[in-house]
Amino acid sequence: MAELKVTIGNLELKNPVMTASGTFGYGTEYTDFINIERLGGIFVKGTTAEPREGNNYPRLAETPSGMLNAVGLQNKGADYFVEKIYPEIKGYNTHMIVNVSGSSIESYVECAEKIAQLDKIPAIELNISCPNVKEGGMAFGVTCHGAAEVVRAVRKVYPKVLIVKLSPNVTDISEIARAVEAEGADSVSLINTLLGMAIHAESRKPVLSTITGGLSGPAVKPIALRMVWQTYKAVKIPIIGLGGISDWRDAVEFMLAGATAIQVGTYNFIDPTASVKIIDGLNEYCDRNGFSSVHELTGALL
Amino acid sequence: MYLCIQIEQSCMKKYVLTMKVTENLRLHTNYCLLKLTIEEDLPDMLPGQFVNILVEGSAKTFLRRPISIHYVDRKKNELWLLIQLIGDGTRQLAKSRPGDYMNIMLPLGNSFSMPEINGSQQPVLLIGGGVGIAPMLYLGTKLKETGIEPNFLLGVRSAEDLVQLDEFGKTGTVYITTEDGSMGEQGYVTDHSVLREIRFNKIYTCGPKPMMVAIARYATAQAIDCEVSLENTMACGIGACLCCVEKTDQGNVCVCTEGPVFNINKLTWLN
Repeated sequence: MAELKVTIGNLELKNPVMTASGTFGYGTEYTDFINIERLGGIFVKGTTAEPREGNNYPRLAETPSGMLNAVGLQNKGADYFVEKIYPEIKGYNTHMIVNVSGSSIESYVECAEKIAQLDKIPAIELNISCPNVKEGGMAFGVTCHGAAEVVRAVRKVYPKVLIVKLSPNVTDISEIARAVEAEGADSVSLINTLLGMAIHAESRKPVLSTITGGLSGPAVKPIALRMVWQTYKAVKIPIIGLGGISDWRDAVEFMLAGATAIQVGTYNFIDPTASVKIIDGLNEYCDRNGFSSVHELTGALL
Repeated sequence: MYLCIQIEQSCMKKYVLTMKVTENLRLHTNYCLLKLTIEEDLPDMLPGQFVNILVEGSAKTFLRRPISIHYVDRKKNELWLLIQLIGDGTRQLAKSRPGDYMNIMLPLGNSFSMPEINGSQQPVLLIGGGVGIAPMLYLGTKLKETGIEPNFLLGVRSAEDLVQLDEFGKTGTVYITTEDGSMGEQGYVTDHSVLREIRFNKIYTCGPKPMMVAIARYATAQAIDCEVSLENTMACGIGACLCCVEKTDQGNVCVCTEGPVFNINKLTWLN
């Protein structure tokens, strides 16, 4: 039995396997299938200061080994989260981490301040990379200046662990990572979805109501892996790797490329038990290869 | 009073089961009937609920395929799924053979509600169009078990497209429309004379959206309570991905958890 504990900033995780925002609800959607308390953490659905209805249907297009989504941050807002959802999830013995989104610096700050009040939420993931909202979202995440500006403002009001979720829709993701590290981010998570598109040949119309959407699933894994590797060489803060992880082998690869922890995202839709299988698989991999701690895998690419 | 089989769906445990194919009948060029079983007793399933099936062996298929529960044979411990072959995913499912295993999440979604029984029992109509006939067999069976004789109105393009007619006939009275007039009355389901001859207390429907909208318009005009079953494209089937939303009087809600069955007075179709 290898040591599976890892740390992100001052946050200790029981293991490096977490679930990605927008793919795992608030965790409670999956309790019939797995014991969610086995997870290192759960990144809950993207939350904004004000309620959002999200984009119109259709929001989904299947692709080979993946999917495009255009949900558009549908959520009931930070106040609803604080009053209604937090009481339901705070008792679970795993880290519930809130993905915080916004459309302006002020709205990110407002949401982060509200979540900061919650004792059992030890960290937030600042989403500066959602490709599915018109204003804000990814707009902040695609320039060093924009990313730094949001992180600087949120850092002032958020004293706990601040993770920044990066967009892959950039020329050099490691520059953005460096910019948010310089503003005091404790960790970066990458990658969010890649901007893509789907068209119906017969109707000659776009599939998604928003025309473009975010690509995720195993199809994006090689890109995500490359970006984690590039970022690992550029920053000192821990990296949380995600993008197409479906089994323990993928998780090991992300850690070898430089990730301290990982998130399972889209594959939760295919196998709702994937995340706990990955925990078991990581442990067996470490035992089989003589690693006494899973942390030794981080950056251990030969 | 309400019938007691209305179990609160939110309390129903969901499972991921490895189910064995016992039979795969190709009923038609575009339809197959899959029968699946497990060693243990099948979990409780309500009419209108659906399953989400993992498709293996199809390079272009990534997501599970949501399929309505067609029938549950408690004696044989079998789940029946009526599958229309639409794309690569459903075609792959249709290739399965007895003895193959499938990974299936179930039971998902809410259910049709049972009609209120108030002294004099009034007739109910179950309208299915195309593959939308699938959930009507299980619903009809459950209605019959509670003493309500179901009337089925099945609409297809042509007589050859009508599958499972024997099963519907065993369960209740069957009315048919075909677009080409090769069986039953010619036209769409909303044209059928039974709608003028019998005053129905409740209508349940599943099928192509234009058909359901037409039925919703008819039912609303006639002040008949009406429930529709939607099949918005979805990924997870359990309310996590937020892709399958439908606009309702409560805003965008997930069809996989708040539906697939909606009373038409909750939807915005006729606004």
